[in-house]
Amino acid sequence: MSISKPDIKDHKCFHCGEDCPDNSYNLNDKYFCCAGCKTVYELLNENNLNNYYTIMDMPGISLKGAQSKRFDFLEDEEVITNLADFRNDELTIVNFNIPQMHCSSCIWLLENLYKINPAVNSSKVNFLKKDIEVKFYHNKITLRQLVELLASIGYEPVIQLDSVEKKKTKLNKKLYYKIGIAAFCFGNIMLLSFPEYFSIDIHETFYRELFGYLNFILALPVFFYSASDYFISAFKGLKNKIINIDFPLALGITILFARSAFEILSQTGAGYFDSMTGLVFFLLIGKVFQEKTYAYLNFERSYKSYFPLAVHVKKEDKEIAIPVSKLKVGDRILIRKNEIVPADSILFKGNGSIDYSFVTGESKPVQKVLGELIYAGGRQLSGVVELEVVKEVSQSYLTQLWNNDSLLKKTESDFENFTNKVGKYFTIVVLLIAFISTAYWIQFDAGTALNVLTAVLIVACPCALALSIPFTMGNSIRIFGRNKFYLKNISVIEKLSKIKTIVFDKTGTITETGKASVKFIGPELNPFQQEIINSLVRNSTHPLSRSIYETLNTKKVYDVENLEEYSGKGISGFILGNLVEIGSLNFVNEDFKDEEEPLIYDIEEFSSQVYLSINSRILGYFNISNSYRKGFDKVTGQLNSYNLVVLSGDNENEKDNLEKYFGNGSKLLFRQTPGDKLNFIKNIQTANNKVLMFGDGLNDAGALAQSDVGIAVTENISYFSPACDAILDADSFGKISSFLNFSKISVKIIYFSFIISFLYNIIGLSFAVEGMLSPIVAAILMPLSSISVVSFATFATNFMAKRKGL
Amino acid sequence: MSVIVVLIGISLFVAIGFLVAFLWAVKSGQYNDTYTPSVRMLFDDEKKQKKDN
Repeated sequence: MSISKPDIKDHKCFHCGEDCPDNSYNLNDKYFCCAGCKTVYELLNENNLNNYYTIMDMPGISLKGAQSKRFDFLEDEEVITNLADFRNDELTIVNFNIPQMHCSSCIWLLENLYKINPAVNSSKVNFLKKDIEVKFYHNKITLRQLVELLASIGYEPVIQLDSVEKKKTKLNKKLYYKIGIAAFCFGNIMLLSFPEYFSIDIHETFYRELFGYLNFILALPVFFYSASDYFISAFKGLKNKIINIDFPLALGITILFARSAFEILSQTGAGYFDSMTGLVFFLLIGKVFQEKTYAYLNFERSYKSYFPLAVHVKKEDKEIAIPVSKLKVGDRILIRKNEIVPADSILFKGNGSIDYSFVTGESKPVQKVLGELIYAGGRQLSGVVELEVVKEVSQSYLTQLWNNDSLLKKTESDFENFTNKVGKYFTIVVLLIAFISTAYWIQFDAGTALNVLTAVLIVACPCALALSIPFTMGNSIRIFGRNKFYLKNISVIEKLSKIKTIVFDKTGTITETGKASVKFIGPELNPFQQEIINSLVRNSTHPLSRSIYETLNTKKVYDVENLEEYSGKGISGFILGNLVEIGSLNFVNEDFKDEEEPLIYDIEEFSSQVYLSINSRILGYFNISNSYRKGFDKVTGQLNSYNLVVLSGDNENEKDNLEKYFGNGSKLLFRQTPGDKLNFIKNIQTANNKVLMFGDGLNDAGALAQSDVGIAVTENISYFSPACDAILDADSFGKISSFLNFSKISVKIIYFSFIISFLYNIIGLSFAVEGMLSPIVAAILMPLSSISVVSFATFATNFMAKRKGL
Repeated sequence: MSVIVVLIGISLFVAIGFLVAFLWAVKSGQYNDTYTPSVRMLFDDEKKQKKDN
């Protein structure tokens, strides 16, 4: 039985677009859902910034549930110096990450900060990275006031432990310089080579020499600067006794350069500088294409992005904010509602209700009493607690798990190994052909023999081969990206294609976070009853209360008198004279009220029951069960060719339910600690079984890093996700099997491109061994092979993606 | 025929100008963010329109 919603005339909040509970917040005929939204509107109105609302409808950020956090740690000199990018006598430049920005109105408002507060000199948004750079006069506004200003308009910056560690994730400028120079030289050399292409007979040796020398000069920066990476990589490979794909490339480039230089300086020919520079240019373009990264996504997050920057320490009855890194054993820390415990510590004062969902995956809060140990990473749900630190931040259980040595040994990019293997045999075969044909020609003419030797090495340069991977994989990454599946780099695709076992985490991965299906079992509740229940549960941060609140979602709420929340049992209060009690059966049932019984207990069904009593009469209970992600039932069916495993930190409640989805052949393991998960994956891997892991929280971090491909499932890609190989937007969860199939197709496309490029090499070689490789043949063959491989790779991937519905 | 030499000189000179412009653009960070400026550009227009009215 579902709950009918009362029919009240809808008003959407003018600021954030949420439904307004009543009409009490209004101004100039505009309605707001809460005081926060109204204040922002007033603030913008005062500063003539109403343009904000004309760019987009209801662009604001809901300020409901925004908690008043304390920013006093931002007054700490050290914190300020660490956060600031630049500081002089007057100005400070600071960069913040603001994941809330979501539309062009946000950019506009954030870049008009100087109008709200003139102490802000200027602000500049990088929308894709969700970053803002603010220049402000620190004599007029403190960093703390600036952050409070941002928070007051709904854009509270994320300041975490890793914000102070300056990450230089700037784009690879050197590669762009190299491309620019290669393109410039390539273009001009082509131009100067035109007379040669059309066999225009240049009688005057002066011009021939001039063009030749100019080409030579232009080729120098390409050879020594633009192509330098290939030489370095080939040299490194040789040092490790590996012939990688860059070796034949470097060899080809060197021979091209040497022979051309010789021909020009000895005035025996026009050289192949056009082919050489073109080759380098194409290779670099391929590099850019494959290096397409999602700069705004962070694949390397550690616990540091999760922990707060500062914590309040109690010293001699005074409360001071100190950076978490300075926290020492024995410090007394104060953790408020919704704050995160930064270090393993013992509960000293207050009632702990710790949500460990991020650490263990367990969805229900854990009650802690005085003297109990609280692990770092837990979130305090109600009231203030005082804790005594027993371990330093870097020594905590969670951080230790993260710094597990086994996670650092991960081998990178198998695909490159494959290409390098191809490169090795390719090089051997080419060298063989080169020597045999040279040996043949040397019987007739030493000059021709040398000619043939260099020609074979030139034409065999696996340019098309080297381009097929970056373009196929680069394009595939884009196709995945369009489907909200973001890969860290191209080697992930190849790893995906080899997966045998798929491991799922439960909470937050296959179930939706913050969404539960709530049903009331009992006589249907009338609208007034719904309203008074909602008025009561909205005062609680307990996940079950939140679920009820979100489901009922009534327009009207009333004040609650004598509100009392009993940790682990339930809440009660008087609303308009009615006593409403919500909680465990023992809690709502007078006779058992004093007995200790946790709020949540489970009967045979895989769900939690929360009982309701109004005026001491039990009306029934809310049945709250996890809701699975959309398309999850289909996904498990489509993936039946893989071994499927569920590793859950949660209890067995959902076991029967999951078995329905996964069938009997699958392993379902519950109550897994983060360490268990990691070891489980290690065990499967020993049988040379490639493992794909889907996870979401910190508790999966170790397992994600250990598995061959770790994918973080998240509902908002700009929010936290643990270190991983790929990030999957929860909307695309149903496409998992298409993604896996497509990764296999991509690998096949690469094999086909290899065949095409080999064909070109064979044609080129047939010219070369006959000693017929003129500069014009080389100048045609090389770009042609490159372009055909590149277009094949691009078209084939796009075509197959369309057929697979991606 | 020496006009060709002059022309080549000029063409190289112009091309080097473009190369320098490109390198400068990369260095000054114009490729760091390729999305936001496209949105920002539209805001200014809107403001000016308002003033005109």
